[in-house]
Amino acid sequence: MDFRVLAVDDEADFIETLVKRFTYRKIPVTAAGSGPEALALLERDPAYDVVILDMRMPGMDGIAVLKELKKRHPLLEVIMLTGHASVEAGMQGMSLGAYDYVLKPVDFGELLEKARKASERKKLNEARAKA
Amino acid sequence: MIQDEFNKLRLKLIAISLAFSFIPLFSLGLGLYDRFYETYTDKVHGNLRNLVENKKTTIDMFLSERVAQLSTLALTEAYADMSNEKYLEHIFSVLQLHSKSFLDLQVIDQNGICVAYVGPYPLRGVDYGKEEWFGKAMAKGVHISDVFMGFRKYPHFNIAISRREGDKTWVLRAAIDSDIFDSLVRSVHLGKSGDAFILSTGHVLQTKPRFGHDMFDTLSFPDIPRFPGTRVEEFATGGQTSLFAMTWLNQKDWLLVIKDDPREELLPLYRARWLLILLLAGGSLLVIGGAVFIANSTVRQLIVAEREKAALDASLTQSSKMAALGKLAAGVAHEVNNPLAIIMEKAGWMRDLLSEEDIKASPNFGEFEDAVSKIEFHVRRAKDVTHRLLGFARRMEPTQEDLDVNLLLDQTRSFLENEASFRGIAFITDYQKNLPRIESDASQLQQVFLNIFDNAIDAIDKNGSITICTRAGTDNNEVEIAISDTGKGIPRETLEKIFDPFFTTKKVGEGTGLGLTISYSIIEKLGGHINVTSEEGKGTTFHIALPVGA
Repeated sequence: MDFRVLAVDDEADFIETLVKRFTYRKIPVTAAGSGPEALALLERDPAYDVVILDMRMPGMDGIAVLKELKKRHPLLEVIMLTGHASVEAGMQGMSLGAYDYVLKPVDFGELLEKARKASERKKLNEARAKA
Repeated sequence: MIQDEFNKLRLKLIAISLAFSFIPLFSLGLGLYDRFYETYTDKVHGNLRNLVENKKTTIDMFLSERVAQLSTLALTEAYADMSNEKYLEHIFSVLQLHSKSFLDLQVIDQNGICVAYVGPYPLRGVDYGKEEWFGKAMAKGVHISDVFMGFRKYPHFNIAISRREGDKTWVLRAAIDSDIFDSLVRSVHLGKSGDAFILSTGHVLQTKPRFGHDMFDTLSFPDIPRFPGTRVEEFATGGQTSLFAMTWLNQKDWLLVIKDDPREELLPLYRARWLLILLLAGGSLLVIGGAVFIANSTVRQLIVAEREKAALDASLTQSSKMAALGKLAAGVAHEVNNPLAIIMEKAGWMRDLLSEEDIKASPNFGEFEDAVSKIEFHVRRAKDVTHRLLGFARRMEPTQEDLDVNLLLDQTRSFLENEASFRGIAFITDYQKNLPRIESDASQLQQVFLNIFDNAIDAIDKNGSITICTRAGTDNNEVEIAISDTGKGIPRETLEKIFDPFFTTKKVGEGTGLGLTISYSIIEKLGGHINVTSEEGKGTTFHIALPVGA
């Protein structure tokens, strides 16, 4: 598993379990409890492949974080976590550059699959950028 | 209740319209009639007044001329000459030159003995001393008698003039043919029943009237005291009401009367009255008809408006229910989703750990795995609810596709064909060919159809049919879809709540109570409408109308 994940959600229990499950699968993962924290983490160490980003967070919400993220790290792939069952919320995220979205409560298998594909695309884009 | 109110309003409208129409109509009609009546009767009375005035002048003039002639004779001639019959005859012939109405002439001495007479009867020597007229003539100087027959057997009257000559008084008396009065009054032409006559103070007729009476008859006539000028009155004599124009003669206490039939004289007035009544009746009928028509059509429109308003209210209530639910649902779903997500992850984590070798060896491993599976299953169930709630709450713009409703219905039906045939339920289709294609959202419509089919299958349970019927609406603006089942039907009280959120008759866990709510909201969003009719024991029909263009 050669990709790194940054999971951003204000629900500590949720993010903690997510970290455990990724780690259990030997996928390096870091947790951030808020958008600014995630941005700070990336500032220090931008070598992440996929960011799993919750839409609804107090203060800076998912969309704002996504915009900032894409501005600073255009190649980073983002998967939005949304409680909104609506296509439009996900679509909004995707139109702003997110790779995909996953509905909460999360089917971990689906999330993992999407994260893997996102990392593949990131690598592909990086290769293109270098070429 | 409402009907009563409308009936009251209708009557009120009619009453007000009638009042406002009748008051001016009748005041105008009656006012005009009154003016016309007054003017016309004034004219009729004026005519009669003129007529009676003219006749009076003529008769008075006749009498005063005769009196003047005789007075002149009496004053200019001497008793000695006049008592000579030869001379008197000469005078008489001179008189007759001017007026043929003198019948005779006589000279009477102060004792009342006729001393000279010229005329057709042998009256010389007759003693008038005891006669009333003689006394009056001697006292007043002039006396005009009433008309009478007397010795002459011929209607006439006398004028007697007394003259004082020295110490003697003598009287010149002439008999005058009263035929002149007859001819004068007869010349008054007064239609079919008009009449004219002269009455003495004792109501004795001095002329022969046209109808009913003869000369010298005493008429039953009210006592009319002497008055100046003329008077027109309407009163009844002998059981018949007539119009009387009356005047007292100046020369004699005779009442000249012109009688007229008011019905005849006022015929044009009566005609006008009938015309007025006819016009008023016609006008009234028109006004009543108009008032009733206006009131009826106004009330009818009000009823229609009221019904539309009620329908709109109902649909607004439903819409606002939906909107309120939408907000609530979104809030609840978000709040529930996060704990659900955590439970899901925790359960997932447990499942991860359960896959490890040493735990698998644990005697309770089966129980753990079962518990985790149950947790996951029920979290998914809860997730289903929250996602449907959010799906309902979302305000996504429906897509616009060119759709064949018949085809879409068939496709949707095919999903359930197996389930239906397993339960012995047949789909019967009654599609209109060449149904207009519509611009709408196929997947959302499919969700609605699926929902209704699903409910229909549940309602039938086993053995029955579901009939799907499509028709183009009026003006081809709408497509109407009716889906009927032969199920158990829906009780009235349930029917009212059928589109309400979380209303379900299914067992706990089988239905969320959101299917029809979402269907309702989808159809509304697509610009159509949905309603349901049901008969207990016979089945239920859902009617959906969808606009052809979006």
